[in-house]
Amino acid sequence: MRAYQDKKNVQAKAYYNDRFYVSPQIPKEEVSSDEIFAKDVKDLESAFSVKEAYIQRGQLVVYINADDNLKVMEFLRDKLQYNFLSELSAIDWLAKSGEFEIFYQMLSTSKRKRMRVKFFIKEKEEIKSVTSVYKSADWAEREMYDMFGVRITGHHYMKRILMPDDWHDHPLRKTYPLIGDEEAQWYEIDKIFGKEYRDIIGPEERDSARIVEKDTHRFARVKHEVPFGAEYSDEETQTEYQEEGGIPIVRKLKKSDVKILKERP
Amino acid sequence: MAQHKINYLSEGGLPVALTTVDKLVQWGRSNSLWPLTYGLACCAIEMMATGASRYDFDRFGTIFRASPRQSDVLIIAGTLTKKHSPFMRRLYDQMSEPKWVISMGSCANTGGMFNTYATVQGADRIIPVDIYLPGCAPRPESLQYALMLLQKKVRTESASRKLKPKRLV
Repeated sequence: MRAYQDKKNVQAKAYYNDRFYVSPQIPKEEVSSDEIFAKDVKDLESAFSVKEAYIQRGQLVVYINADDNLKVMEFLRDKLQYNFLSELSAIDWLAKSGEFEIFYQMLSTSKRKRMRVKFFIKEKEEIKSVTSVYKSADWAEREMYDMFGVRITGHHYMKRILMPDDWHDHPLRKTYPLIGDEEAQWYEIDKIFGKEYRDIIGPEERDSARIVEKDTHRFARVKHEVPFGAEYSDEETQTEYQEEGGIPIVRKLKKSDVKILKERP
Repeated sequence: MAQHKINYLSEGGLPVALTTVDKLVQWGRSNSLWPLTYGLACCAIEMMATGASRYDFDRFGTIFRASPRQSDVLIIAGTLTKKHSPFMRRLYDQMSEPKWVISMGSCANTGGMFNTYATVQGADRIIPVDIYLPGCAPRPESLQYALMLLQKKVRTESASRKLKPKRLV
C-alpha cells in the first residue's frame, strides 16, 4: 500500500479562483451590417423601446424593457417569424448591481437566423411567464426559478424542477457555496433521521482520497476485516465456513482425506 | 431383493459431514442472495451487464428481484443525490431481514467526483453498508467479486441476526 499523505482536500483547488470573474466580450458589430437583422430591429423599434442592439458572433442581441417581455415574444413569433425559443435563463449580477440579466435565445427556421432578447430585473422583481407564447419556456422558467430564484407570474405550475421542494436557497447564484450551505450539507440527515442525529452521524467528509486505516467504522482492510467499530487487528480474518482446525466433533472435510472405494465392502 | 446393511459411522461407510445450524442456514442464504433491481446512474449499466448472459449472475444464485420485499441485497449502483436519499432509505427499510448492502462505485462510496451541494457524500451516511466496491464504474467482474466477498461474510455470520442490536447507520 502506498504511504498515506494527508492531502486535506485535493479537490479544493478550483480552476477558476474568482467566481465573480467576467470573461472579456468578443467584438460587436453594427446591426446595419446585416440586412435581415436591420429590418428586424427597425420593426421592433416601431412597436417597443429598444435600449441597445448589436450583432455578436452572427447573432442579433436586443435589450428591451422588462415589462415588454411577453409582448415582444408574441411580436417575434407572429410578425418576425422567430418560431423557436431554444433557451432561456438568467445571469447573476447581484454582486455587481443587484440585478439579474434574463435572456431568451430565439431561432427563426425560415430566416435561418438566431437572436437573443435580453433585459435586466432587480433581485425581487417579478417577470411575466412566456409559456403562453412558447411551450418550451415551461421547464426552462421553472429551472430559472429553481436555480436563481427569479420570480415568475402567470406560469401554470411554478415549482422547483431540479432541487427538492423543501430545499433552501438557489444553487446557481454566485454567492452559493459549491459544497452547499448548512441546510444542504445536513439535508439528508435532517430529512431521514431528524436534526438530533447530526451529532451521531457527523459532518460530511469532503476529501474522498482520505484513508484512516485504523478507523474500523469507515474502513475495512481486505483479509483483515473486523466487525463494525471493533478494535483494529492484524489477524487474518477467517472467511471459510469450515474452520481449518475444526471445532469439537466437526472435522474439516478435505479432498485429500476422501477415500474412494472401488467396490462396496 | 438384497438387503443392504450400511453402517454409516464405521470406516468405509458413506461419508458423513457434521456442521452447525448457523453454517447450514447461512450457506443456504449466501447461495441465494437476491438483489433489488435498482440503479441510480452509470454503475447500473455495469450491474445490468453483470446480470446478463455474458457474466451471468445467476451462477451465484443471484436473481434480480423487482420488489424490495423479496430481496436480500441492496446494490447502491450510482450517484446518490440528496433529493433521492429519502427514497433510497425507504427502499432499504422496506426490505425484510436479513439484508445486506453493497455500495457500488466511487459515487456511492464517498460521493466520488461530485464534491457538490447536491450529492450525498457516501451512501453510508444514510444506509449501513456491508461491502464498499471501488471503481468508476466497477467492471462486472468486480461486482461479482464483491458479491462473492459478501457471500463469505454472510457465511461467517450467525443465522439469527435479529438478536443483535441493529445500528441505524
